[in-house]
Amino acid sequence: MFKIVTKRALNDSVILMSVDAPFIAKKAQPGQFIIFRIDEKGERVPLTIADYDREKGTVTIIFQVAGKSTEQLSKLNEGDSILDFVGPLGVPTHVEEDAKSVCVIGGGVGCAIAYPQAKALHGRGIDTTVIAGFRSKDIVILEDEFRAASNELIITTDDGSYGKSGFVTTALEELITSGKKFDEVIAIGPVPMMKFVCSVTKKYDIKTTVSLNPIMIDGTGMCGGCRVTVGGETKYACVDGPDFDGHQVNFDELMKRNSTYREQEHACRMMAQAK
Amino acid sequence: MPNMSLNKVVMPEQDPKVRARNFEEVTLGYTADMAVEEAERCLNCKNMPCVNGCPVGVRIPEFIAKVKERDFAGAYEIIKSTNGLPAVCGRVCPQENQCEGKCVRGIKGEPVGIGRLERFVADYVMNGEAVPAKKPASNGKKVAVIGAGPAGLTCAGDLARLGYQVTIFEAFHVAGGVLMYGIPEFRLPKAIVQKEVNALKELGVEIMTNMVIGKVLSIDDIIDMGYEAAFIGSGAGLPNFMGIEGESLIGVCSANEYLTRINLMKGYLDDYATPVIKSKSVAVVGGGNVAMDAARSAMRMGAEHVYIVYRRSEEELPARKEEVHHAKEEGIEFMLLNNPVKINGDENGRVCSMQCIKMELGEPDESGRRRPQEVPGSEFDLEVDTVIMSIGTSPNPLIRRTTNGIEANKRGCLIVNEDMMTTRDGIYAGGDAVTGAATVILAMGAGKTAAASIDKYISSK
Repeated sequence: MFKIVTKRALNDSVILMSVDAPFIAKKAQPGQFIIFRIDEKGERVPLTIADYDREKGTVTIIFQVAGKSTEQLSKLNEGDSILDFVGPLGVPTHVEEDAKSVCVIGGGVGCAIAYPQAKALHGRGIDTTVIAGFRSKDIVILEDEFRAASNELIITTDDGSYGKSGFVTTALEELITSGKKFDEVIAIGPVPMMKFVCSVTKKYDIKTTVSLNPIMIDGTGMCGGCRVTVGGETKYACVDGPDFDGHQVNFDELMKRNSTYREQEHACRMMAQAK
Repeated sequence: MPNMSLNKVVMPEQDPKVRARNFEEVTLGYTADMAVEEAERCLNCKNMPCVNGCPVGVRIPEFIAKVKERDFAGAYEIIKSTNGLPAVCGRVCPQENQCEGKCVRGIKGEPVGIGRLERFVADYVMNGEAVPAKKPASNGKKVAVIGAGPAGLTCAGDLARLGYQVTIFEAFHVAGGVLMYGIPEFRLPKAIVQKEVNALKELGVEIMTNMVIGKVLSIDDIIDMGYEAAFIGSGAGLPNFMGIEGESLIGVCSANEYLTRINLMKGYLDDYATPVIKSKSVAVVGGGNVAMDAARSAMRMGAEHVYIVYRRSEEELPARKEEVHHAKEEGIEFMLLNNPVKINGDENGRVCSMQCIKMELGEPDESGRRRPQEVPGSEFDLEVDTVIMSIGTSPNPLIRRTTNGIEANKRGCLIVNEDMMTTRDGIYAGGDAVTGAATVILAMGAGKTAAASIDKYISSK
């Protein structure tokens, strides 16, 4: 059993929890993920590690209520326990030793995963620009944290209700055309966002890393559910990723495969709401 | 006078039409009277060919003699002295190639039903009064076992009986490995696996779940924690795909994924949250036991048609004969001498059919089996909405990628010597991690050998 140490709502549907998991906290690195199973009848759900505290032995997760399991998790409180919590899985994000300037882009709840990246890069003394995109002002998360972990922070909202109006791609392209040089871009968010970021960076030939979130069960390379096509080859996001070269990823295929259980997930949500 | 019937005492089974739609166990096991009657067929041969056929050396004629006397507890003790998981082996061992394959009674008629007797004895004892585990005196020495599958459980049990303090590190949330995630409930009830696991715990074995070794702890960390030796039984988890067009369509999955959703995550039960793909018409590609398990599970999940698509003929099917027989009874359609060419999708990216080509058998290849070759121009479309790939697995790379000094061969299998020691001193390995995908009992045999070697290694330090 893994005890929830802190719980904080970041907006109406996004929640931060730190969980007592000393073994994982000791080894976790940015880009890695955990899998939780809430109780005996629960699914195994992967979530990227948002932060960790090696001394306190806690691992922080940030999640959006999106299905039955995250709905259940959101109802637990400080002091409650999660049945299973396993990790750190996947390969840590690798940024070249000699990188001087990196742009970290987060979309929506993907910002939760972009944050530890920015924090680590900024901590290494790398010039770190953060572009954090949201649908609207009321769902903006981690603004203070990002500000502390970046040299420049640009917040965008689709509806213009806060920060810069428009998509993250517009902000990125403006920075590039105004002469800002990036050695690398890290993009984490909804699959379409990552796809469009990659089409911009490809134009300017900037190395781009994306963090993928395919369907997954075990997280150790056993089920093959998380297979993605990267550079024409089949890769397993759980053991080869979840980070990949964004210019090589077949995003359209990933979007389709992620919809495999959509009807059943939808039915689950409807039932959960009816209860 | 022995029972000279040419046939085994028939084991009761669920009716095929009924069982094809439920997940309860297919075969129901012998009653005590049936077991005694079957035991009477054993001739108690002096040279014991059956024992030579057993990878863990169960003293078969001795335990059968106890069954004849109705001393079932005595029979259990004999089996258990060399086999840590009798209720499992009695159900899933390929006896026809092992003990029963060597049985003298099999020359004319059917061999003695050794597997059925083993199962009876284990069930009889485990369903009755709990057998108090005799917890051996600790020798104070710690051994780590990685993976709680058949190899790891066996190795841990043998070492615990010798007095070692054993910790098993298991990646999943529950111990059992393939016995939990792979083999379906209708062939091996999970409650039985957990009884065997609990028996190990009573022996003093500690099981730490949710521990992915190579990630949360390295082998070096484990040695630093004071373990004097380690056994790697991490299995062959990585599923193979064919590399044909259309394998990324919605509705294509590995047998591992399909079976894990159903078995480990209990997706077949309404109150469990893990979804399972809903299928009308399913093609399972491959002809092994895993393919049979996937096909029979698909039928139980409500599919109308389930096809086994296999490129060789019935004779070459690697699955146990009993599994093939049961699958056919349940309505699985065997499309032998057919090979997939590509998988076709509809406008939403969902599988709508699989193109196959007919095959014929040519000259024998290096495996000694006749090489299947395509019949030119014989392509045809098989209408299916789900394709389950069951064409084997490769060893999991997590440990070898994160541990210094452990070498693997080209296929990723860990290299071991005759004592099951890897290329690194004090680190042993066995089961599918070494052999590639094989059987439960071979993995158990490897775990057993490794336990003996580890004992020798630590004792001589």
